[in-house]
Amino acid sequence: MYVYDEYDQSIVDARVEEFRDQVNRRLSGAMTEDQFKPLRLMNGLYLQLHAYMLRVAVPYGTLDSRQMRMLGHIARKYDRGYGHFTTRQNIQYNWIKLADAPDILAELATVQMHAIQTSGNCIRNISSDQFAGAAADEVADPRPWAELIRQWSTFHPEFTYLPRKFKIAVIAADEDRAAMRLHDIGIQLLERDGVLGAKIFVGGGMGRTPMIAHEVKDFITADHLMSYLEACLRVYNRYGRRDNIYKARIKILLHEIGVDAYRDQVEAEFAAIRELGIDPPLAELERITAMFAGPAFATDAPDTVDRSDPDFAVWLDQNVAAHKQPGHAVVTISLKPIGGIPGDASADQIDLMADLAERYGHDELRVTHAQNIVLPHVRKADLHSIWTALRDAGLAEANLDLISDIIACPGLDYCSLANARSIPLAQKIGERFAGRQRELGELKLKISGCINACGHHHAGHIGILGVDKKGTENYQLLLGGSGAEDVSLGKITGPGFDEDGVVDAIERVTDRYVELREGGERFLDTYRRVGMQPFKEAIYG
Amino acid sequence: MKLLTGNDLATGDVVWWTGQDWSRHVEDAVDVGVHGEAILRAEEGARRVNVPYLIDAEATPQGPRPAHIKDRIRALGPTVRPDLTLKPADADAGAWVI
Amino acid sequence: MVDPITVNTNAGETLLRFRDDVVHDEPAVTLDAFLGQTNATAVRLEAGDDARELLDHLGQIALVEISFPTFRDGRGYSAARILREAGFEGELRAAGDVLVDQIPHMRRCGFDSFAPEKPIDGPTLTKLLALYPQPYQKAADARVPVWKLRHG
Repeated sequence: MYVYDEYDQSIVDARVEEFRDQVNRRLSGAMTEDQFKPLRLMNGLYLQLHAYMLRVAVPYGTLDSRQMRMLGHIARKYDRGYGHFTTRQNIQYNWIKLADAPDILAELATVQMHAIQTSGNCIRNISSDQFAGAAADEVADPRPWAELIRQWSTFHPEFTYLPRKFKIAVIAADEDRAAMRLHDIGIQLLERDGVLGAKIFVGGGMGRTPMIAHEVKDFITADHLMSYLEACLRVYNRYGRRDNIYKARIKILLHEIGVDAYRDQVEAEFAAIRELGIDPPLAELERITAMFAGPAFATDAPDTVDRSDPDFAVWLDQNVAAHKQPGHAVVTISLKPIGGIPGDASADQIDLMADLAERYGHDELRVTHAQNIVLPHVRKADLHSIWTALRDAGLAEANLDLISDIIACPGLDYCSLANARSIPLAQKIGERFAGRQRELGELKLKISGCINACGHHHAGHIGILGVDKKGTENYQLLLGGSGAEDVSLGKITGPGFDEDGVVDAIERVTDRYVELREGGERFLDTYRRVGMQPFKEAIYG
Repeated sequence: MKLLTGNDLATGDVVWWTGQDWSRHVEDAVDVGVHGEAILRAEEGARRVNVPYLIDAEATPQGPRPAHIKDRIRALGPTVRPDLTLKPADADAGAWVI
Repeated sequence: MVDPITVNTNAGETLLRFRDDVVHDEPAVTLDAFLGQTNATAVRLEAGDDARELLDHLGQIALVEISFPTFRDGRGYSAARILREAGFEGELRAAGDVLVDQIPHMRRCGFDSFAPEKPIDGPTLTKLLALYPQPYQKAADARVPVWKLRHG
């Protein structure tokens, strides 16, 4: 894991003081809300329906047990005993007081954490593959590159007032576990002639106009990565639309001028910028990479697991993935208990997960973009003990990538932008399908409470979009999206439904899928083979 | 009726204009009638409340009921966490929202 | 220089300057006017103007004023860097809706003079400019990035 040196620490400490001063100026009236809002947003502080909401960064989703415990401590001391893990691998607290925010940041800084750029029209937290460093299929650990980009983008003086927010994801495997091509910039590491480099995709995103990122650079090596990204951002900062907030993301710029024109402009900027010496030396990437070397794994760990406990075996099959090291495994802890709130964890659960990481998992945890928690490095011999502890804490739902493993935004229960509630719907779907979800197989269901698409509904095998229909909540159904390496955008089935109606419609869709599926087809595969029509007929008759 | 609402600047709490001051309870809210804009501007200047705004509401025997579900959720709290609402002991509180 | 010098111009503006040369007193002309009459020495760029159009004329320009119609419009940060990266050494002035919390970033992008619409609180600015001991990235100023401190 990355460990701060004195420079990193001094920057984060300075940020705490800067924000304390900004809060004081706001409370004293020296700043208007209009002036304060972008400053608080750049520290992840929103004003939501019931209170301020603070989003804390978990860079590329990686944290250790001490950091995790701090998240639990903050939930207890400053919030109402829980936190909500987000689709960008962060955590947010729903009940924060403005005057407490600087103290929270000061506490976070003691464990090398912060809320820098978790909102605002700037470069946001860099996200990555939650299995990084543990996945058998990666060419390298993507996190050193993500950390390099984190440092470059932190308080970037030129890119703090961009036309709109800017999200970057870095992966290093062909299997995309980070929805890379639905980011403003998606980076895939790959090896060419023995050299590690990056393929750059630009212009993806969800929101009201979902688009899949285009490849703009075939291969760029680490020694010019920052120059290239600086060029990408500069073209956007200069020419991205500022006349209409809904057309301000970089995807719209690429859509309007075309990928080739964008690429040409970036290349022209890059040719100039690469001569300026803004790229850190490779020694910096090497310094960071050394910190991600990973734990010293036991080489004699037994590779077999006792499956005699049937409940345990179900969880094992569903939530445990292969590790690159024999005798080890990757555990995904589901934060989607049937009837629960997707992504929420109580302070006690957060502490428990920290304890398990410390005791069994080489002190590492990950947050996934699907709002779950991962223990990336555990011994197979410890899986049963881990499962038992999780079960006792209500954290052993065996539903990874099943229909009840729902991504849902906070929706109208918390969010000031929402048009409809997401969470009650997720709860009803979980309850309706709990008994037959394994029979349905992999089925990624994603719910957003408004068109901003924080719940990734465009990328759901089944997606749900909540809208406001003359003052009542209404839900549109989408089919066929994917945020993975087979990326695609879902299509709307037809007229929307009320809350119970959409659950019924999903049941008709899944019934039809069971009738139509061939061999080992997932729902998404069947949909792609047969198209929308059979499902439309099932839903609307 | 028209209500004036916003969030307390320092705490973020949802608050309602009572005629003299702000209350966390929508039951205390008064109809601001045609004076809403003037009160809004004065209170914005006083900086106690963040982005105050006017909403439509219906007068009921139980007190004002905001016209839009968003403001009813603001008035009560998250429907998925009754324990965290202003009426944790009232099992029917959620029905008032929907 | 660390702290700005406050200057009141003939036009009644208050300037915060991080340079100690004499204030250029020729009024700035628009980009179109400048490109059409090549003897002007001060240019005003609107937020959407392309700073690159000045690159062939930098030697004769003493002042470039870059407009910030609202503080949220960040195009001027890129314009400033483009000019500095091309070697412009004259006065680079940020004019308009410029807020105190933005000035440290603007300094890093190469601005050395500020004509804010509303007064800037001096002590707050002084504090903000001294707040961060070092930046992460190289920009248009002389500050040494962290990676350079780490690796020399």
